[in-house]
Amino acid sequence: MKSRWRLPLRTLALGYLALLVVIPVGSVFYRAFQHGFVAAWDAVTTPDALHALWLTILVVLIAVPLNTVFGVGVSLILARHRFRGAWLLDAFVDLPLAVSPVIVGLALVLVYGKTGWFGNWLAGHGIEIIFSFPGIVMASATVALPYVVREVLPVLQEIGTEQEQAATTLGASSFTAFRRITLPSIRRSLAYGVTLTTARVLGEFGAVVIVSGAIAGKTQTLTLFIQDSIDNLNPVGAYAGAVILAIIALVVLTVLGADSEGRRSTWRSRSDQSPSDSEMPLPSTTSILTSPMDR
Amino acid sequence: MGPSGGGKSTLLRVVAGLESPDSGTVEIDGQDLTGVPARQRGIGFCFQHYAPFRHLTVRRNVAFGLEVRRRPKAEIREKVDELLELVRIAHLADRYPSELSGGQRQRMALARALAIEPKVLLLDEPFGALDAQVRQQLRVWLRELHEKISVTTVLVTHDQEEAMEVADRLAIINEGRLEQIGAPAEIYDKPDNEFVMKFLGPATELDGVWVRPHDLVIHNEPGIGGQGALVERITHLGFEVRVDLKLDDGSSTWVQLSRGAAAELDGVPGDQVWVSRATPSKRHESLTEVVG
Amino acid sequence: MAKATGPALIVTYLSLLVLLPIAAILSKAFSNGFGSFWTAVTQPEAVAALKLTLICSLLVAAFNSVAGLVIAWVLVRDEFPGKRVVSAVIDLPFALPTIVAGLTLLTLYGPDSPFGINVADARIGIVLALAFVTLPFSVRSVQPVLAELDRETEEAASSLGASSSVVLRRVILPSVAPAMLAGAGLAFARAIGEFGSVVLISGNLPFKTEVASSWIYSLSQSDQLSAAAAVSTVLILIALVVLGAIGLVRRRFNVGEAV
Repeated sequence: MKSRWRLPLRTLALGYLALLVVIPVGSVFYRAFQHGFVAAWDAVTTPDALHALWLTILVVLIAVPLNTVFGVGVSLILARHRFRGAWLLDAFVDLPLAVSPVIVGLALVLVYGKTGWFGNWLAGHGIEIIFSFPGIVMASATVALPYVVREVLPVLQEIGTEQEQAATTLGASSFTAFRRITLPSIRRSLAYGVTLTTARVLGEFGAVVIVSGAIAGKTQTLTLFIQDSIDNLNPVGAYAGAVILAIIALVVLTVLGADSEGRRSTWRSRSDQSPSDSEMPLPSTTSILTSPMDR
Repeated sequence: MGPSGGGKSTLLRVVAGLESPDSGTVEIDGQDLTGVPARQRGIGFCFQHYAPFRHLTVRRNVAFGLEVRRRPKAEIREKVDELLELVRIAHLADRYPSELSGGQRQRMALARALAIEPKVLLLDEPFGALDAQVRQQLRVWLRELHEKISVTTVLVTHDQEEAMEVADRLAIINEGRLEQIGAPAEIYDKPDNEFVMKFLGPATELDGVWVRPHDLVIHNEPGIGGQGALVERITHLGFEVRVDLKLDDGSSTWVQLSRGAAAELDGVPGDQVWVSRATPSKRHESLTEVVG
Repeated sequence: MAKATGPALIVTYLSLLVLLPIAAILSKAFSNGFGSFWTAVTQPEAVAALKLTLICSLLVAAFNSVAGLVIAWVLVRDEFPGKRVVSAVIDLPFALPTIVAGLTLLTLYGPDSPFGINVADARIGIVLALAFVTLPFSVRSVQPVLAELDRETEEAASSLGASSSVVLRRVILPSVAPAMLAGAGLAFARAIGEFGSVVLISGNLPFKTEVASSWIYSLSQSDQLSAAAAVSTVLILIALVVLGAIGLVRRRFNVGEAV
């Protein structure tokens, strides 16, 4: 298009971004530190806030590794085996992307809650899931389920099985072949998927709010703490908590940005390889954003 | 050797243990290895696209088989150096596969397979992905290398010339069947069936029998029982000359002559000639001499 | 590891987290028969919430696909300092926890707005929140298509005397339309289920600013689980239909993951 359009369009695009994203996010930082750094610090170091932070970290430490192992496993199965119902497995893994987190929370209550399918059995064995820590972990793991698969599967499909087979003929066990050949090949996309999973688990609200009961100092994660602070007119606490999560989000973005750059250049240097190599997978935010259900 | 899709690679993979046969056994050196997993067969396998470990340097690629066998570091180093020297890529040891040319990758894959001192070396279309000139050089080089290291080698190819050049024994596979097995010259001269005949080189029909066009001779006059024919076209293809003939019975055939022989014949399209099969003793001279 | 252990563990994990829970939703929705399902999804508050959700989501999907096209065009065709930062900013709503997103919008466009713009407890606030969270979908869907679009085609059209608006209408739009449609569909699917970013700014006033997710939430808080499951079922169905349609558009026009 002609250059006279360039400036108006740029202004329009940047203006929209500024009003919708930049200024609001910036204002949270401003509000958090409006009454000084000390006030913000005090607000996030109350026992409830610290507990919420700790609980959030704990959820990440459990849900992310579980999802990572699961994600790699599903990717391996989908990439390496042809079987009836593969598309179904694929679709079910993606399902949490299509479903409201509130529904995910409700669904977990319906299975594991007091009146849920397993309610009696769980109560009989003294296991408490809903309104308790395990429920929070499950809710977080569910909403973040698709991310590792989404990132790793295309790469696994792209690299094929020849390298693993080569390793096998050279005497490697299938575990060794996985650890020394496959894992290094998917390392980047795996890191990417884990980063996205972590971001999602850290920030999950809708699913957690239903299953946790949001008991301050007990089942309150950081996102629930933020909401609670607003409801209880403790804006500084809310803003400070939000700043912590926003900073983590910015770190995530930086990691993703740096990684997709690195990835692109790696692919470029390989472009002279066999034909299959040239069909490179997308830089990832795009793939995760643009294709929840139809692969 | 055989046409694409005929099952050559599958057979090779069965030998390597990468696929398991529905029936039959795999024996190497008299030992039944049918149920033995690939990693314990002690076989060197080179994939068509080399399957380089992209995240490892050339050196680490070659060392892989020794590393998983937990050989001492010094021994690995020595052995890898020796192999890289052997395949003439020692100067590339610290590069990554993406920084190598196709031929260099091919040689790295070979060194990697040789590192474990395999009982048998299996090469799946080793030159398939290379351009013609590199392919020719590597073929000669492989033959020389093979003389040096003398490991039984099974090479799969669909290229007749390549097979004839590198093989001591040739097995023709088509549509999953083994058509014929034997020395290259033997198969070329005495094909068991029409398929082998046509696949291994040029073939034409005379009196309902398949012959090699260079095993036909053209006479300027009748006499020794040749079939009458009219010259349809004479095509000069460098060293060889192709003469298309219309036989008196209406069928067509063609004869491959050397340039000298064609000059001696001195025919033009429309000439009446007689064509017959060269007697076995004359067969190898037929390219250079016209029997008058 | 035994051969079957891995797959068995995976199926178990998936069942515990996805299959059983979703099955429980469907089963609960119809646990008292179709009649009570119908009552639950047609009671006035549910209808109002669903209607509000769908209208706001449609609005946002439509608006953001245009905004997304403009932003994507600027990212692809324009050069200016800080472009990479802008590109990162677009993904920010994706990385930012939804509750934080809600808080940021509340801060700026709520009762304490420094601009004096207060959209809290108003429907426009919902639209704003949804526009925020769906922005990355809209931009990233069209961006690769636009990047691939041959610039020479545009220039050829211009050289043939086509004006900018004609080039836009006849050359650019037809090429990016399927991707825009897919992006709008994704944004829509995301918007109808959105909760965290909406909950703070909307105020959840019944019949006014209560979206479907909020309604499901309040039903579940007051222990009306079958009604909550019924409304959930409707939302899930809509999302699946939309995503199925996106899949069709992608296959039909060959756009999507492959850039």
